[in-house]
Amino acid sequence: MLYNIAAVPLNIDWQQILLHLLNFVILFAGLYLLLYKPVKAFMQKRREHYEKMDKDAEETSKKADAARAEYEEKLSSCDREIEEKRAAAKKELDHYEQMRKSAAEEEADAILAEARKKAAEEKRHALRAARREISALVSDATEKLVLKETAQEAYDRFLDAADDKHEEPRA
Amino acid sequence: MSKKKTAVFLIVVAAVIAALVVGIVLTDGLYEKAGSVNETMQDAVLHEGDKISFFGLAVNPAVLSAFVVTGILLVFAVTVRIFVIPKFSYIPGKFQLLLEQAVGMFENLAKTNSPHRNNFLGAYLFAAGAYISIGTLFELVGIPWMTAAGASVSLPAPLSDINGAIMMGCLSYLVILSGGILSNGFRGVGRTLKEFSLPISMSFRLFGALLSGLLVTELVYSYLALSFVLPVVVGVLFTILHALIQTYVLTMLTALFYGEVSEPPVLKPKTKKQKKVPSEVTSK
Repeated sequence: MLYNIAAVPLNIDWQQILLHLLNFVILFAGLYLLLYKPVKAFMQKRREHYEKMDKDAEETSKKADAARAEYEEKLSSCDREIEEKRAAAKKELDHYEQMRKSAAEEEADAILAEARKKAAEEKRHALRAARREISALVSDATEKLVLKETAQEAYDRFLDAADDKHEEPRA
Repeated sequence: MSKKKTAVFLIVVAAVIAALVVGIVLTDGLYEKAGSVNETMQDAVLHEGDKISFFGLAVNPAVLSAFVVTGILLVFAVTVRIFVIPKFSYIPGKFQLLLEQAVGMFENLAKTNSPHRNNFLGAYLFAAGAYISIGTLFELVGIPWMTAAGASVSLPAPLSDINGAIMMGCLSYLVILSGGILSNGFRGVGRTLKEFSLPISMSFRLFGALLSGLLVTELVYSYLALSFVLPVVVGVLFTILHALIQTYVLTMLTALFYGEVSEPPVLKPKTKKQKKVPSEVTSK
């Protein structure tokens, strides 16, 4: 009865439309549960996996960048520190060098003073000795001179006397 | 001449001879109508004389086709779910790639056309696309069936029946309407009802397109002499083209309208009216 009432031209049949609808609903539910949802879930899982990998890689890259920046910072601070230490060491070295120099100068002055003192002492001794030697030499020379002149004179007188004696018999 | 060239030459000559023989046969008065074309056309459109029994109901053959197609698709889906999907790997093989492409294509179609609400739409488009394309290609198999009158009929494409096409068009319209209601409430209903001709146009476009292929095939088959070579072109190629084109058209239209009605309304920023300052105050 319903079929006859609902029948319209072009063989449009509500019952058959509902049958087609029932069929499609079954198909939709089956395809959704068996194919669409699992495949989509797998694709989502894979997407998440690769996104996680990408995120991890990005984080690792960021960490590496941070570590690099930190290392470079440390390196630059280390350079600065080295420079500061070098400057401090240079300063200390200069100070030490200055101290050594002044000490050496003081030592040299002391040595020089000692040398001068010794030289003066030696000079004084030398002078004294020289004076003593000179006086001795003068004394000797004087003595020798005196003695030499006396002997020569005596010898000459002897020779003269001898000559006189010799000339007298002839005469 | 090498053996390969000789073989190609012989095949070409054989093809030319076959084509000439077909031409000679066609131009002869041999081809005669197997029956009245009017009756064939009428049966193809209205199915008045070729109803079949489906669980005691007298229905058009397309109803049975629809259930057979659904059965084939569900068996395929169960097989894939049990044997293939558990073995999916992150680097897909050829079959996995095919499945992912099929799912991804309809999912992307839903996402690109309806960015705001697309989960259900993607699943619907996938099911509708599979149903239209496989259902249309099902026509090529030509499974013979006994009508209630005792005649033999080959099972047609489910959507070449006007009832199947109306179901598909109206259901798509209802899906669009549901998207409008869920996203925008009464405004969505208004937006969907604005396109009141959509269910009719979608239904009859689908029906007309698939029926035209069926009619051309029926016309060709109605002449004995035309049934030798020509069906390869008009039958197979038209059917494949219809399957692709109608799948694309219906899913695209559904996604497009769904996206349009489910789009949230753009709220205009409220502009505060500035109080008019009396001229006396300004002049002072």
